[in-house]
Amino acid sequence: MCGAPKQGGALAGIDLSTQTVIQGSVWHEGAPVAGAYVRLLDGTDEFTAEVVTSPEGEFRFFAAPGEWKLRALAPGGKGQRVIEAEVGLNETTVVLDA
Amino acid sequence: MSRTDVLVSVDWVQEHLGQPGIVLVEVDEDTSAYDGGHIEGAVKLDWKKDLQDPLRRDYLDKSAFEALLSSRGIANDDTVVLYGGNNNWFAAYAYWYFKIYGHRDVKLMDGGRKKWELDGRPLSKDAVERPATQYQAAEPDLSIRAFRDEVVQSIGSKNIVDVRSPDEFSGKILAPAHLPQEQSQRPGHVPTAINIPWSKAANEDGTFKSDEELAKLYGEQGFDPSKPTIAYCRIGERSSHTWFVLRELLGNSDVKNYDGSWVEYGSLVGVPIEK
Repeated sequence: MCGAPKQGGALAGIDLSTQTVIQGSVWHEGAPVAGAYVRLLDGTDEFTAEVVTSPEGEFRFFAAPGEWKLRALAPGGKGQRVIEAEVGLNETTVVLDA
Repeated sequence: MSRTDVLVSVDWVQEHLGQPGIVLVEVDEDTSAYDGGHIEGAVKLDWKKDLQDPLRRDYLDKSAFEALLSSRGIANDDTVVLYGGNNNWFAAYAYWYFKIYGHRDVKLMDGGRKKWELDGRPLSKDAVERPATQYQAAEPDLSIRAFRDEVVQSIGSKNIVDVRSPDEFSGKILAPAHLPQEQSQRPGHVPTAINIPWSKAANEDGTFKSDEELAKLYGEQGFDPSKPTIAYCRIGERSSHTWFVLRELLGNSDVKNYDGSWVEYGSLVGVPIEK
């Protein structure tokens, strides 16, 4: 498969001793944003992956240790955040600017 | 062939909703998107359940493809407009697939589901029923499909375009980063391949860049339009997106999609790999 699995939910079955998981949620005006498009860009700003947030506004990527940028796009606005990821669970929030 | 023959805008689709002779088809791997709301009148094709052979790793044979399209109510003379999630990856794969089986008039909706959603256009949950047809497919056109032996023989001679992300190309990761990184293939890329990620051909809203921007992009990355071309990715759907750009938008004549892609190549015994 190559499409994104269901976003959010439990981490059961994911081996956090080997996987670098980057996950979090998209917020706008104090509420989570469902259906936002979140993309993961590498250290050179190149596209690596994109998912659509769950009804709770959640997203999840499986990356590698290093610096990544998250960019969110929704009808309500755009937002971005840079994150330094390590093996294991890396959690963050992306806030949309109108 | 020009852009307007193969690509329609979301405005065009909205203006032509319900028009006889035009069939909208949503193609996804995750078909919960379709079930949660689709463009009015669109039928669903599930990339895995509908378009892949249930036993072998291959697309459907001719008679199975005919049965599938007949059951969806698609006729040979219909204009088929494909769209989907993931920036139209799977819709582009279906476009290539419809071309393999000789469908006369097939188009992509520019920007796919993402552009439609970002514009806040209406989605419907109504079930779509179309009367069955008697679809007749042509023999597969293998001039647009590459197999593994041809890829190996093309090292150093044809354009081999690896459309995965730079980190997949370099072997840092083995799959797009929304998937767990546990794969059996060897990481890396086909020697002499040039890395032009599919995403460089698309705008952030999922629409394709202009012909001028696309020609400039591939020119700058070392693509030689005088040579035959093979595009590949991990399983052949992102490379369908680039195949569409190189052949259908930019008009290069000899472009093949290697749908075996890295899942096959990275598992072959003895073939050369670069990292």
